[in-house]
Amino acid sequence: MAGAGVRDFKRRIRSVKNTQQITKAMKMVAAAKLRRAQEKAEASRPYTESLKETLARLDSSATEERLPLLEVREEVRKVAYVVVTADKGLCGGYNTNIIRLASDTIAGDERNVETAIIAVGRKARDFFRKRSGLEAEFVALGDNISYTDAKEIVDYIINAYEIEEYDEVYLIYSKFINAIRQLPTVEKLLPVEPPASDEALADVSIKYIYEPDADAILLNLLPRYVGSQVYHALLEGKASEFGARMTAMGNATENAKEIIENLTLKMNKVRQAAITDEILDIVGGAEALNK
Amino acid sequence: MADNTFALEVITPEKILFRDEAQFAVVPEITGELGVLKNHAPVLAALKTGVLRYTDTGGTVHKMAVNGGFMEVVYNEVKVLTETAERAEDIDVARAMAARDRAMQRLQARDDGVNVTRAEAALQRSISRLKAAGKYQQ
Repeated sequence: MAGAGVRDFKRRIRSVKNTQQITKAMKMVAAAKLRRAQEKAEASRPYTESLKETLARLDSSATEERLPLLEVREEVRKVAYVVVTADKGLCGGYNTNIIRLASDTIAGDERNVETAIIAVGRKARDFFRKRSGLEAEFVALGDNISYTDAKEIVDYIINAYEIEEYDEVYLIYSKFINAIRQLPTVEKLLPVEPPASDEALADVSIKYIYEPDADAILLNLLPRYVGSQVYHALLEGKASEFGARMTAMGNATENAKEIIENLTLKMNKVRQAAITDEILDIVGGAEALNK
Repeated sequence: MADNTFALEVITPEKILFRDEAQFAVVPEITGELGVLKNHAPVLAALKTGVLRYTDTGGTVHKMAVNGGFMEVVYNEVKVLTETAERAEDIDVARAMAARDRAMQRLQARDDGVNVTRAEAALQRSISRLKAAGKYQQ
């Protein structure tokens, strides 16, 4: 009968509404987590900044013997890429963008070198597992990144670098610009490129006493500097992931709203048509009786 | 109070752990302990795993276990950068003792599965925790 069409619409509207509720909730959760991730990134800044300053200053005070973590190797045989993605999807193009940048970067290296992938996050692991070169994976770090997570990765990288398994290490992750914009980025991790002493440091004409000496401090500082870079990348990655998810889920919620509106309109049309049909039937019947 | 104090900050990668005014601080520099008073010359020092202690404005001595890092002294601002630091009162003594025993066992066993550097680092950390908590005996 006429009611059947309307019932189908009702069922579809209900289903879309359920999905909408889920996407809405996910958006809100992502927003809350984003805020937390941003706070963490903010809290890590003093440490990172201090290390950077110190490194810039030490490098300019030129040490005689070069340290392995600073030394640019003449022959590069194997390049490692640390690819930082999320464990989960449902965050728009976030993972895809990073993986694409990683693939492009690897393809764009025209030197004849071997490639190693260090996957951080399930999405990167799953992608590179199907290809070749996956050498280490760090997955299921959770939403709450701790420095220990970064340290584990760094210990692995530095060890592999020191035994000359890798000759260069790059970090590929997504920089957080704002909730709508995330920028996939490639950064060189090893050998360490000391940050240029920028104008902020120019006024520092302080003569430091080095205890025990500049080399010992540099030796101590470099792994920590690399650690803070990776930690920073993980935090930025998390913030980007939540930002991307928030936007994606916001869009999904909007789309659901649109679909519901369309379906409701169609449903009303069908219902109206059914009523009209019925009235015509009745009128037709009455006419027939009158004859 | 006394104007013989300076600002002491302990910064870890995750946050600024604390800020306080101190009259005197001693840090575990890699070749020995290093004391800081007000108006100390600018210093950049590498630290080993050990105990940091300082005297606050009221004369109370606080202790804290630090896991390596650096100290920077500039214009009466003392910054200690370390990967982890724990105040004496936050240290779980039982856990530190268990960690020490475990590390010692590992070092004694010395089979191939043992990462000696790691075990030694763990031993150092647990000892510095116990020292900071004042519960260390040979």
